[in-house]
Amino acid sequence: MKPPSNLRLRLFQLGVLVAVFGVWYMLTTPGLIPNFMFDNDRQAAFFFGEPVKIFGRIWSWFFVNADIYRHLAVTLLETALAFVIGTALGLGFGLWLALSPMAAAILDPYIKALNSMPRVILAPIFAVWFGLGVASKVALGVTLVFFIVFFNVYQGVKEVSPVVLANARMLGANRRQLLRHVYLPSATSWVFSSLHTSVGLAFVGAVVGEYLGSSQGVGYLILQAEGAFDINTVMAGILVLTAFALGLDALVSVAEKRLMKWRPTAGESEKL
Amino acid sequence: MTAALSLVDVACTFVSRDAPGQRYTAVRDVTLTVGAGEFVSVVGPTGCGKSTLLNIAAGLLAPSSGTVEVFGQPLAGINTRAGYMFQGESLMPWRTALQNVRAGFEFRGVALDDATAQAGEWLKRVGLGGFGDRYPHQLSGGMRKRTSLAQTLALDPDIILMDEPFSALDIQTRQLMENEVLELWASKKKAVLFITHDLDEAIAMSDRVVVLSAGPGSHPIGEFAIDLARPRDVAEVKTAPRFVELHAAIWAVLREEVLTGYRQQLAA
Repeated sequence: MKPPSNLRLRLFQLGVLVAVFGVWYMLTTPGLIPNFMFDNDRQAAFFFGEPVKIFGRIWSWFFVNADIYRHLAVTLLETALAFVIGTALGLGFGLWLALSPMAAAILDPYIKALNSMPRVILAPIFAVWFGLGVASKVALGVTLVFFIVFFNVYQGVKEVSPVVLANARMLGANRRQLLRHVYLPSATSWVFSSLHTSVGLAFVGAVVGEYLGSSQGVGYLILQAEGAFDINTVMAGILVLTAFALGLDALVSVAEKRLMKWRPTAGESEKL
Repeated sequence: MTAALSLVDVACTFVSRDAPGQRYTAVRDVTLTVGAGEFVSVVGPTGCGKSTLLNIAAGLLAPSSGTVEVFGQPLAGINTRAGYMFQGESLMPWRTALQNVRAGFEFRGVALDDATAQAGEWLKRVGLGGFGDRYPHQLSGGMRKRTSLAQTLALDPDIILMDEPFSALDIQTRQLMENEVLELWASKKKAVLFITHDLDEAIAMSDRVVVLSAGPGSHPIGEFAIDLARPRDVAEVKTAPRFVELHAAIWAVLREEVLTGYRQQLAA
């Protein structure tokens, strides 16, 4: 079978989206089709929300009341801070432990324990320590991002080609230069391979943190709406979060492409 | 005159990290000298510890016993007067060809402009003038080897160590590069210790060929001066009657070791 052309592919993808919302609309609009699950007309709409009202909600958030920007800015700020701090800490600790086997051996069980711990449960503690503001969400995001980056850096340093390493030493690199010119680039490539996951988790940390207790942010909006059984606003919040997660992911892809151009990708590697 | 590189009674035993009782003596009783400006090849069957020997000469590996001297000075740590061309992929994949060649200068603290100029010069010399901005994965195997060659020679080392540098190349590329190496060597006259399992290559390029026995505990079992006239063309020299004679003489010694090595590999 011939693979569909790019335009056709996009059309099909769009078709799936339209179909999902179409079915959703049909099943939830009161009185449109006979009830087969619920006792009365309004129940489906109550539990699952109505697409038209959801989009109306999003429209008013962005264009009519324009009151979501403040919350989005807070959520994105938390995500960015969690990502930057978590990555920096992971990179530092990963390099340190990978290059000092003694420290790694001593700390090994503790790192395993910390990684196995369901860290979302730390959110209440962070709320107590850092208050209900931005800091507690950043702290939660950092604990999520840190381990992803840490393990990747650790692996990256361990997997530096011994030949490349020996070659750099023969070319006269001292310990610091080895760190900067061999270990760090190698580790960075592993960090980048985990970038999609770590950005995603930073976002998760921010939203979950907001959801568990806050005074602003998109997670807070969802929490408020849920308290009032306003399922349309909850769904609208989820859609906005999804769109922004996709946007962040695309941003990561662009950064990855620009910074990792030295790495061969299957099929694209150009031979002379 | 002091030798550029001299190994005296060198032995190297590896101990298994998991089972300290398990030992493997890769090389023993190795006495080997390379004079200043001399091109010495070491041939031997696969797995006979040729690379071990080179790593000892480079200072990457400390011998279990014996001494290593570089221009009369006992070697401690990395051999800073040596350049090492590795068998495997040794270029840093995150640096372009030019940046790779420049790396040695950077590590030595040469100003970046100067380093770039010299690295560019060397890339031109190995025929890669237009490829400085390519990453290793964008270069062919032969081009990567040329880059490695430029990277090693650019620092103008007094001793050049080469570990089967062309074994991964096809025969045509290989002969081209062998000739280029000979030409570069002839203009600078550095001491070269060249490791190969290819006897033709060893004879065609060297002043002296050392034959190593099969492992474990490899040691030199024969030494042959190669009195072929220079400059040589590695392809043409192979038809010279003297080349054939030398080949027969060395092969007589090497053959038994190759068979022993082969049997050991089959048994393992």
